[in-house]
Amino acid sequence: MSATAAGRVEGRRWGIDLSWPILIGFAAILCVLIVLPVSWLVYFSFTDRTGALTLDNFRRLLTDPAFVDPLITTAIIATTSSVICCLLAAPMGWLVARTDMPLRRLVRPLVTASFVTPPFLGAIAWELLAAPNSGLLNQAFRALTGAPRDEHLFNIYSLPGLIFVISCYTFPYVFVLVANSLDRIPGDLEDASSVLGGRTWVTARRVTIPLALPALLAGALVAFLQAMTLFGSPAILALPAGFHTMTTKIWSLFQYPPKPELAAAASLPLLVLTVALLRAEHVILGRRGYSVVGGKQGDPRLVRLGGLKWIALALTLVVLLNPVFLPYFALVNATFSKVATQLVSLSNFTFHNIHFVFFELSTTKLALKNTFVLGVLSATIGTLIAVVIGYLTARKAIAGHRTLGFLATAPVAVPGIVLGVGLFLSYTRPPFVLYGTLWILLIAFVTIAMPAAYQQIQSAYRSVHPDLEDASRILGATRLQALGHVTAPLLRTSVITTWCFIFVGVMRELSAAIILFTSETKVISVLIFDLNESGDLGAISVLGIVMLLITFAVVMLAHRVPTLGPGVRLRDV
Amino acid sequence: MQEKKFSRRDVLKASGALAITAFAPTLRAAAPAPTAVTPALIEAAQKEGKVVWYTSIDLPVAEKIARAFEAKYPGISARVERSGAERVFQRIAQEYAAKIYAVDVVNSSDAAHFIVWKRDGILAAYVPEDVAKHYPAEHKDPDGMFATFRASLCVIGYNTNLVKAEEAPKSFADLLDPKWAGKIVKAHPGYSGTIMTATFQMARDLGWGYFEKLAKQRVMQVQSSADPPKKLALGERAVMADGNEYNMFQMKEKGDPVEIVYPTEGTPLIVGPNALFKNAPNPNAARLFQSYCFSREAQQLIIDFGGLRSAHPLTKEKPGRKPFAEIKKMKDDPAGVEKQAEAIKTRYTQLFRV
Repeated sequence: MSATAAGRVEGRRWGIDLSWPILIGFAAILCVLIVLPVSWLVYFSFTDRTGALTLDNFRRLLTDPAFVDPLITTAIIATTSSVICCLLAAPMGWLVARTDMPLRRLVRPLVTASFVTPPFLGAIAWELLAAPNSGLLNQAFRALTGAPRDEHLFNIYSLPGLIFVISCYTFPYVFVLVANSLDRIPGDLEDASSVLGGRTWVTARRVTIPLALPALLAGALVAFLQAMTLFGSPAILALPAGFHTMTTKIWSLFQYPPKPELAAAASLPLLVLTVALLRAEHVILGRRGYSVVGGKQGDPRLVRLGGLKWIALALTLVVLLNPVFLPYFALVNATFSKVATQLVSLSNFTFHNIHFVFFELSTTKLALKNTFVLGVLSATIGTLIAVVIGYLTARKAIAGHRTLGFLATAPVAVPGIVLGVGLFLSYTRPPFVLYGTLWILLIAFVTIAMPAAYQQIQSAYRSVHPDLEDASRILGATRLQALGHVTAPLLRTSVITTWCFIFVGVMRELSAAIILFTSETKVISVLIFDLNESGDLGAISVLGIVMLLITFAVVMLAHRVPTLGPGVRLRDV
Repeated sequence: MQEKKFSRRDVLKASGALAITAFAPTLRAAAPAPTAVTPALIEAAQKEGKVVWYTSIDLPVAEKIARAFEAKYPGISARVERSGAERVFQRIAQEYAAKIYAVDVVNSSDAAHFIVWKRDGILAAYVPEDVAKHYPAEHKDPDGMFATFRASLCVIGYNTNLVKAEEAPKSFADLLDPKWAGKIVKAHPGYSGTIMTATFQMARDLGWGYFEKLAKQRVMQVQSSADPPKKLALGERAVMADGNEYNMFQMKEKGDPVEIVYPTEGTPLIVGPNALFKNAPNPNAARLFQSYCFSREAQQLIIDFGGLRSAHPLTKEKPGRKPFAEIKKMKDDPAGVEKQAEAIKTRYTQLFRV
């Protein structure tokens, strides 16, 4: 350690160590990324058009039913989705991590598939499936029961329909948290329970489940936040049904004539609530420490389900029908069908949709290119920043590293659409006019990806002992050289995983992009949203499948690299 | 809102539209001399290599026109940026406020937008030869800033599998019958220029009471006026309260189970002009594209492929479609729409809640 200190002093004395300015530069970047948009947001929400201080925006929010109703709707959606997610994901996580359920290794990749499916695409696929009259499932229901034409089993354009679709694409967050936490609970504790005479179920009830409870609560909060800040699904399903959520309302305030000050004011409640809930999550997770205290870990003990295991498998597959099998089927069907909601047959088979998307639609190429460029750049820059910041905080390399860590995780508290509004307000005026360029989207995507990337990399640093770096420093390397030549290569797997997850996150992002795009900087998610507004379901299906294929290719790349660390959290869209 | 508030003078500019095929051969003094498509113009356009067209026409029709233009003038790619007219208007405002000049040519189904753009001084005067020679006066701006690229109607429709012809609604008033509750699909004036224009004309002629009652019919609220016909064809809803006549033509002729109703009260008339911007990034390609758009060839294409109506007197209507002249139309009044657009959006949102 003292050698390190000496090396540091040496570096400083000679004044040739560029590490400090560069490190400070990264800290400054982080400040600009997060502090600037949030400041503008707060400024706008407390001022009127002349710039005078006012509370008028908030008064309007709280008195106008056009704002109060969406607030209540959003609260209902977030709460119910969160409860549903926990009720489904917790037993599933337990079945996968702790029982001898058959095919349980297959469940995780399927959950990953629903994890990376863009929720707005899922919502459109569910329109194809469960629109009250044309939906495939309702058609099947009528065909099977002989029910009359205007009777339906499901109506996706409704509050319950919306909650259902949101839950479909939110439950993976809870599942991952619960399953990972169950993975980490050492078998010894359960062994102790058995030795003391506890039977399988007693052990599960008295030991395993209580140990996993904090993770479940954290999952519930994350699900609540996801459901609250989602934009795509409510825009697609709630508007036809005649109601708004907070996110769609904020977005509608950007329609002509735009009211950015009201949009900013409407964003603040989401921001404040998110911060409060994350605080709560922190408090709850902070107590988790006791659960993994222990010496040598034994393998987790699997609960034998006996004959129940087939029922468990059946239920699990039924749950997974909803986010994965059915929507993918509906999209593939619509791709090759002349009528989006008719089953493909010889008489209506067509390649027209594919031809239209690739040879007639003039934005396809542009949107694909933009998405690809943004994905690669965001992933590269985001990973780079995460590596440097993670290094600074993990090695406590500079004073104020705690602040850096806080800043890197802070965007978690900024819902995508709120960040979009903040960035729009920040970068459409001097000194930084970035609106209309890919840069503003790049900033948005990097900011959104930062918390997950940072957590991932930081936990990886903890597994690499600083001795190796110290040795390198003793031999004369600067901090950056030690980082570049010694530590970073050791982190290779985590770095690649992080890169892939940022890339996938960019593909799914809609809520910030919908505020920030211009015609030249359109991305696929925005194009799909546009197409949905004019009802071009066939073209959407083609683009959606292309998007999923790219996503799966990248996820597969990430999975070829071992260790997919826990706590990777994709953001909402 | 104020059904009776605007004066006769406002309505003066309203055209009885394409029914009038009289030539208006004289050009007003303010309009620039018409421009023919010369090899020099083509060459200059090819040097720019691309043109960007913001439009609210249904995407397949817009792309068809763009591809036809590309086929005629190789070396110039035409990119379509399609959204609802009200979105296009907002997009241009937002981009121009940030000094982003991405749009060359614009087309909007809300003719009121051209009044605003012209007043803001951001349009470029340009008169294609066809417009000067053939277009009737009421379909071109006296200062040569824009002309009617397309016209259409905002009609009622129904799915023929779900509704028998004799039970189908005949008028807007029929849609208020409780038997249609939960069975109607309708587009949004905050997104679609067609619906904005139609809402203005209907509120003027039928009163807001009509919308107040319609809002209680549990309508399915979609955005684009191209979407209700598509929802009808899927069988998602039995009846549409508004939507594009041109999509209905396309679908009917393709064999989809949809039928058009021209309401007895009169059908809202939608006029969609084209214009160039002063700050167009590809000014020559923009001119060439504008000239192409008003050529007899392109106008016939929007009729035959698109199902639209044309103001070009040398075009022919497609057989089997109801001739434009035989349809009772509501009067269009872009100036009136321009004055009331914001009030209409606000009132509509209050009634329909989104």
